[in-house]
Amino acid sequence: VSARILAATGRRAAAGRSADPVLHIDWTACDGRGLCTELLPDLLQRDDWGYPLARGAGVTAPGAAANVPGGTTTVPRNGTTVAVPIDGSTVPVPGSLRAAAGDAISLCPRLALSFHEP
Amino acid sequence: MTIVADAPRPTPNGSDRIPAPPGTARLTRASAPDLARHLTDYGDLPPATGSAALLETLRAAGLEGRGGAGFPAWRKLAALPSPPRTGRARPVVIGNAAEGEPLSLKDATLLRTAPHLVLDGLLTVAAAVGAAEVYLYAPAALLPYLGRALVERTDAGGVQLHAAAESFISGEASAVVNALAGGPAVPRDRSIRLTSSGLGGRPTLLHNIETLAQIALIVRFGPAWFRSVGTDTDSGTRLVTVSRGLAAAGVSTRASVAGADTCVPRAGRGSPLRQQSGTDAGSIRGATGTVLEVVGGSRIDEVLRFAGVDPDTVEAVLVGGYHGAWLPSPQLHTALDRAGLAPFGASPGAGILLALEVGRCPLTLAAAIADYLAGQSARQCGPCVNGLPAMATVLGRLAAGDRDPRLPGEVARLAALVAGRGSCHHPDGTARFVLSTLTVFEADVVAHLDGTCAKAHA
Repeated sequence: VSARILAATGRRAAAGRSADPVLHIDWTACDGRGLCTELLPDLLQRDDWGYPLARGAGVTAPGAAANVPGGTTTVPRNGTTVAVPIDGSTVPVPGSLRAAAGDAISLCPRLALSFHEP
Repeated sequence: MTIVADAPRPTPNGSDRIPAPPGTARLTRASAPDLARHLTDYGDLPPATGSAALLETLRAAGLEGRGGAGFPAWRKLAALPSPPRTGRARPVVIGNAAEGEPLSLKDATLLRTAPHLVLDGLLTVAAAVGAAEVYLYAPAALLPYLGRALVERTDAGGVQLHAAAESFISGEASAVVNALAGGPAVPRDRSIRLTSSGLGGRPTLLHNIETLAQIALIVRFGPAWFRSVGTDTDSGTRLVTVSRGLAAAGVSTRASVAGADTCVPRAGRGSPLRQQSGTDAGSIRGATGTVLEVVGGSRIDEVLRFAGVDPDTVEAVLVGGYHGAWLPSPQLHTALDRAGLAPFGASPGAGILLALEVGRCPLTLAAAIADYLAGQSARQCGPCVNGLPAMATVLGRLAAGDRDPRLPGEVARLAALVAGRGSCHHPDGTARFVLSTLTVFEADVVAHLDGTCAKAHA
């Protein structure tokens, strides 16, 4: 609980807005320690070098042009598929994972995570 | 909406108003860089207006930023906090001439030939927003030109010159702010907009210097004049840099490149675009490329002809620079504007065209560019630091003749992996370029895997 209070006061945290928040990764701070991927295994995995990678992002579709940056891709979520931007710096957080994402924000040793309202 | 009048404005000294340039040689109309000739060519700078009036003028003109991102110029003004902008809320205005992209010469050319247009634009924006500080960020080699221009004026005492770092990403907006704050010229995390909190925590407005020069013309001659050439979606003129060959690409390949690639293209004679562009002043030759002023929405093949490059000798054109995308030769009739280029994943960027000549291996060139871009990472963000060299290495193996059939898929996988995962767009742009290479030159990829590529690899 104290961790979540820290998140609410120290950094931009989920302020009870209605829309799903977006988890933002500050890549200039992240050094790939991997705690967030352990706390949010349904949302994040580790890439080739250990940095957090949104599940569903970075997947090569048949026909490379389809994955030209700036587009969107569909990812499975909660039994359906949703369109998300191909932008691994901002990861949509479903409501069921909001608390776990708040923990990840609080506990990241590099303070590299924050909530963004979409 | 405010109607922005095109009516003549009174000039401070009551002299006759200079008529608007009739042709499309606008930025390139400057006959000499000194202030006297500048005033003869363009007339006095009109009195400053407020921020809201300038915003409406720029919106009516439809001016898009010329630094690469193509963001509408008025939107940056609109993104500043609302007035009153006093105390810490007084903005910083920055003119950005860093031009870290080796294929672009247009900003350096503009600073040498028309520095007073750039200063006019900078001072116009600074006055409109009530700027607390005004900077011009340019490569060290160009600062003497700017210094000479500044001492000729009485209204530019507040402009601070700052030498830009010599790196590909030195012109990225947050890298410029970091450099001006005394730090390294590397990007910041993009969670906070510069227009909210930039240099010293002040709202910060940063424009490319061609954008500023266009603003200097728009406030003189009006948005209707600006839109009188170009298309609805790409109004006015833009500066482009056309180059060709490997040496022009500004990258070193493992095999040294013979002099044939270093030839300087000459301005075309009697081409359709030359007539559109008015006079020979519309062409300025640079060290390894040709800088031209062309009307918005010009066809790429016509721009090539105007620069002295025969489109029939071209296999493909890289549009938008090293972060851009390829257009194969059958598509060179495409317009050099956002709408025309969108299907190719390309955009005009900073107005860069690199022609790949028929018979040259595109994969060799692309691998050299990818290698260069990997080396230009600011080394802050893990996916970029690790992913770009990995991607360039695999592409390099493919280019060098490694026939492992998994290589193209691995390049594409790494490109998708790094895209969007950095504090700036360097990984995205590099991924875009590499994916475009695999897509447009699919036949060359197959030839390399089959060991049958007969093109020149140097």
